[in-house]
Amino acid sequence: MRNRVERLSQKIASLRWFLVELVVYAIFVVGYFFLVLHLLGDWLKQVFDENKNFYALVALALIIVQGVTLEVVTSALLRMIRRKVR
Amino acid sequence: MDFPISGTHIHPLYLMGIGFVVGILGGFFGVGGSFLAGPALFAAGVPMNFVVGTDLAHIVGKSIVAAKKHRVLGNVDIKLGMIMVSGTIAGVETGAQLIQYLKRQANVDAVVGIGFICVLVSISAFIGWESWQTLKMEKKRDTRKSSTGLTRPQPVPSRFRRYLKSSRDAAVRVKRDESIIAHIPQRIHHLQLPPMVRLPNSGIARISLWTILGVAFVGGVFSGFLGGGAGYIRMPSMVYLLGVPTHVAVGTDLFEIVISASYGTLTHAVKGNVDILLALVMHTGAAIGAQIGATLTEYFHGTRIRLAFVPLPLIGAGVVIYSLVTGHHFK
Repeated sequence: MRNRVERLSQKIASLRWFLVELVVYAIFVVGYFFLVLHLLGDWLKQVFDENKNFYALVALALIIVQGVTLEVVTSALLRMIRRKVR
Repeated sequence: MDFPISGTHIHPLYLMGIGFVVGILGGFFGVGGSFLAGPALFAAGVPMNFVVGTDLAHIVGKSIVAAKKHRVLGNVDIKLGMIMVSGTIAGVETGAQLIQYLKRQANVDAVVGIGFICVLVSISAFIGWESWQTLKMEKKRDTRKSSTGLTRPQPVPSRFRRYLKSSRDAAVRVKRDESIIAHIPQRIHHLQLPPMVRLPNSGIARISLWTILGVAFVGGVFSGFLGGGAGYIRMPSMVYLLGVPTHVAVGTDLFEIVISASYGTLTHAVKGNVDILLALVMHTGAAIGAQIGATLTEYFHGTRIRLAFVPLPLIGAGVVIYSLVTGHHFK
């Protein structure tokens, strides 16, 4: 019975920190939209119209860089949750 | 939010939501999720040529996140993934060329489509039956153990011992799996068709290189026919034919998707079919979903992951039925 209560409280704490993570992540993403994607839009459209080969390389580089960066950010946030839960 | 490249106006939360759901599926099952993201983008008014290329670009970013997470969990066999990439790319090109050739000859959409529906439904039924039977077998064995008091751990086969000793965290790195049809991959491992390769991260002592290339090629042909990564074919093939443990199959499939989807993104972007801004916004949702999906695999046994996988080929079949009925193709 005591184990069950402990497990339940751990789950609630985990959920609470997950929600905190989502809020922190949302703030990051909104900032990212305004700062990076908004400024990049016109330049990317210009590259798309003028040179498709260069656009292909830029597109791949952007998604890889974002993939790696967001992986680092989300991993750090998930690590933070686990530490708080423990 | 305006997306000038594809000339569309879509709310970023919608894109992030699609990315999040597809990210969870990708992280948990090791699939690209194009069967879900493709129709969702099309429904939002994205032109069909942009749907395919943009989806591939978003898959690259999402799979990087999930594959890296799986690598930390010891679920990625890089050697196997690298071998499979060459087979997949050859298969994708063959599939795409074949379908073009068949289309020039006659109207084969219905024949090919119905063929694929049969294959996908059969895969789904087979995985459902196999994982259900394996679960029953495990349950029966556990009941017998508890009634007789048997708790002795299973001995580690000798061929794994050297690898286990050299491994820093052997318990995590080799996740062995159970299946009632384990004799099929064992027979395939005995096929002596040189060159033979060792895959210690997947717990495979010796396997013919041609078997791996063959499995990857077939997955690639499906991908060339249907579009997307065809992970719903490749992941079960790795488990049931190559004998790769389910967790490792999920992680390795994701690693392979990173490379093959990068190739697809480049070729589609050169043809002007990629709106990278759309992909970047979708990926912000997918990044967190992929982390959650990959982490969830820690809490599920391989058999249960396979059982949960059953609806995915059925969704693939649904996409083919939709294409046949409406004439819209997601490729």
